[in-house]
Amino acid sequence: MVFYSVPLGKLVRRVSRLRGGGSALPGLVVEKIDPGFMRRTLATLPHGVAVVSGTNGKTTTTKMVVELLESQGLRVFTNRTGSNFTRGVAAALLGEVDWRGRLDADIAVLELDEAHAVHFVNSVPPKYCLLLNVLRDQLDRFGEIDKTAQLLQHIAAKTTGTVVLNREDPRVARIADTLTGQEVKYFGLDDSLLGTFPNDDDMRAAPGSPAPAGLPEKPAADVVLRKVGADSAEFEYDGGTVTTAMKLRGVYNIFNAAAAMTLARSICGAGAATADHATLLEALSKVAPAFGRGESLTVDGQPLDLVLVKNPSGFRLGLKSFPAGGYATMIAINDNYADGRDMSWLWDVEFDSLREGGVDALTGSRAYDMALRLQYDQVPVGAVETDIPAALAAFIREGRGKPKRIFCTYTAMLAIRRELAKITTVEVVS
Amino acid sequence: MNPAEAPTAAVPSKGTLRVVQLYPRDMNIYGDWGNALVLQRRIAWHGYTPELLEYNVGDPFPDGVDIIVGGGGQDSGQLIIQDDLQARAGQLKELAEDGAPMLVICGLYQLFGKFFKTRTGAVIPGIGILDVETHGTDERLIGNVKVSTTEFGEVLGYENHSGQTTLGSGVRPLGTVAKGTGNNSNDGHEGARFRNIVASYLHGSLLPKNPAIADFLIRTAAERKFGSFSPGAPDDAYAVLAREHAARRPR
Repeated sequence: MVFYSVPLGKLVRRVSRLRGGGSALPGLVVEKIDPGFMRRTLATLPHGVAVVSGTNGKTTTTKMVVELLESQGLRVFTNRTGSNFTRGVAAALLGEVDWRGRLDADIAVLELDEAHAVHFVNSVPPKYCLLLNVLRDQLDRFGEIDKTAQLLQHIAAKTTGTVVLNREDPRVARIADTLTGQEVKYFGLDDSLLGTFPNDDDMRAAPGSPAPAGLPEKPAADVVLRKVGADSAEFEYDGGTVTTAMKLRGVYNIFNAAAAMTLARSICGAGAATADHATLLEALSKVAPAFGRGESLTVDGQPLDLVLVKNPSGFRLGLKSFPAGGYATMIAINDNYADGRDMSWLWDVEFDSLREGGVDALTGSRAYDMALRLQYDQVPVGAVETDIPAALAAFIREGRGKPKRIFCTYTAMLAIRRELAKITTVEVVS
Repeated sequence: MNPAEAPTAAVPSKGTLRVVQLYPRDMNIYGDWGNALVLQRRIAWHGYTPELLEYNVGDPFPDGVDIIVGGGGQDSGQLIIQDDLQARAGQLKELAEDGAPMLVICGLYQLFGKFFKTRTGAVIPGIGILDVETHGTDERLIGNVKVSTTEFGEVLGYENHSGQTTLGSGVRPLGTVAKGTGNNSNDGHEGARFRNIVASYLHGSLLPKNPAIADFLIRTAAERKFGSFSPGAPDDAYAVLAREHAARRPR
């Protein structure tokens, strides 16, 4: 049985691609007939597996780690499709192995959804993990934010080498206290930038209300993001500071660059390669955002930015990172399973920054929930149309000659990209 | 033009209504701010002056409270506020008996009851304003909810809780669930009503899509303070449409 699983899985992959079907089906097939396939294949990698997890920024951070390691001459296997479930990893593996099941790579860097990462690490203990943040997202799936933190803690506990933690997220930083054998490294943020990363705990504390009981002094971080410029960033590591150009936009993406640097340095430091900082920084400056994460397209000769928003902190960061001035703005809110059915999160985002220019168009299955939310923040609203293709066409027609920005939930973004692909060049994600 | 216009300064206020958020720092997990914001805006749209205060653990308790609003929290949040809430039980009970309108959602609904007994048998005492008791379970009740009520019409929201609450004879249910689960998986009831307290598991947030409940709290507060309530005319066109669309969404 095991003998045939790879050729069979590859065949299913070809057929399902011809049909334009989902990326995880072949993974499901091979998982069913050969449950050891993934573990066996990944175990052959000389430098093991690195897992990237957390609520926000997994896709872009994973992309950065891959590009950083490739700049050091490493051959990296990754689950680029954004199918961040175990099944998606198996499907991605099938695409990369030869017909005899051999994987030609030095290391695997995998983006995994918190809940699925737990299953994955039970089967394949990673050598490295990078834990980004625990924010309120999809609580209807995971129940409570403290439970999500427990999932991440489990990933760290199963890691055999280095655990990289976000020093600025208390729920992530605290994981260090529970670890015994692993090496722990942090990535951190300059105090002056902390204010741009409100966490869910101080979300509602009024200005001037006393800070929660004294936090212990912060540990030293391997890489610290010191400053963010218009198209540059300043990082501190090894006792020095370097400024580098950045293609990534949004302070949260650039903070994740510090995370990616820390993981890449750990992997190189463990003997996978000799870290050459000039080429690392060059690679970092060239990283483009993953699709939908601050992606900029061109429509009618004007930029159209897609900003993915899926939880309160992500939405607030999006509003802060991409000022509204001069832009036509649309917000697209769906409540499909992948978006989260619960709309409460919209009430934990402040929309004051949109008050002056207003919002030109609202769409998605919960367009009217969004309209109601904006009404209570006294933000003027233009058109409200739940049908995404119709709303998008009108938004583009009426915003002619202006740069545009669309804040959208996950499935709304997929629908918008599908429509935009008919009129402009949209990167195809395999 | 947008219906969300602030009242003009030229119109004299009909009086000030003081809204106190209970423990917003520790009990605010599911958009509870939305309820406070809706009260603040609608009080103004009805021509009164809103005053929004926060009460957190260890703060002096404000005087002259007209409306109390409290939300849900994680287990850790409930532990943090537990002692402080017990210390304020007398004041809150007095306000409740005196007819002060209150909205308590999820975690504070449970703690306004007699007790919460966890799955492991530990008993977290409530403050006993509501004749209800809650038992922790392994099952999490999650999803969109539609409730039929006699007082407020159809109430729409979203539930996410593992505690199951049963009502005693001292309270009546807020309504009967038409979609979703509500208080517990047995009796089809959702929420509780006692004097001018509205208690519910529904967030979403509750008040934006259920302006009838918001206006009940405001009217009751105005009548208790000024002897009468003269309503304004808030524009609820978006609320009506948001309700229509929300009611059609899957569980």
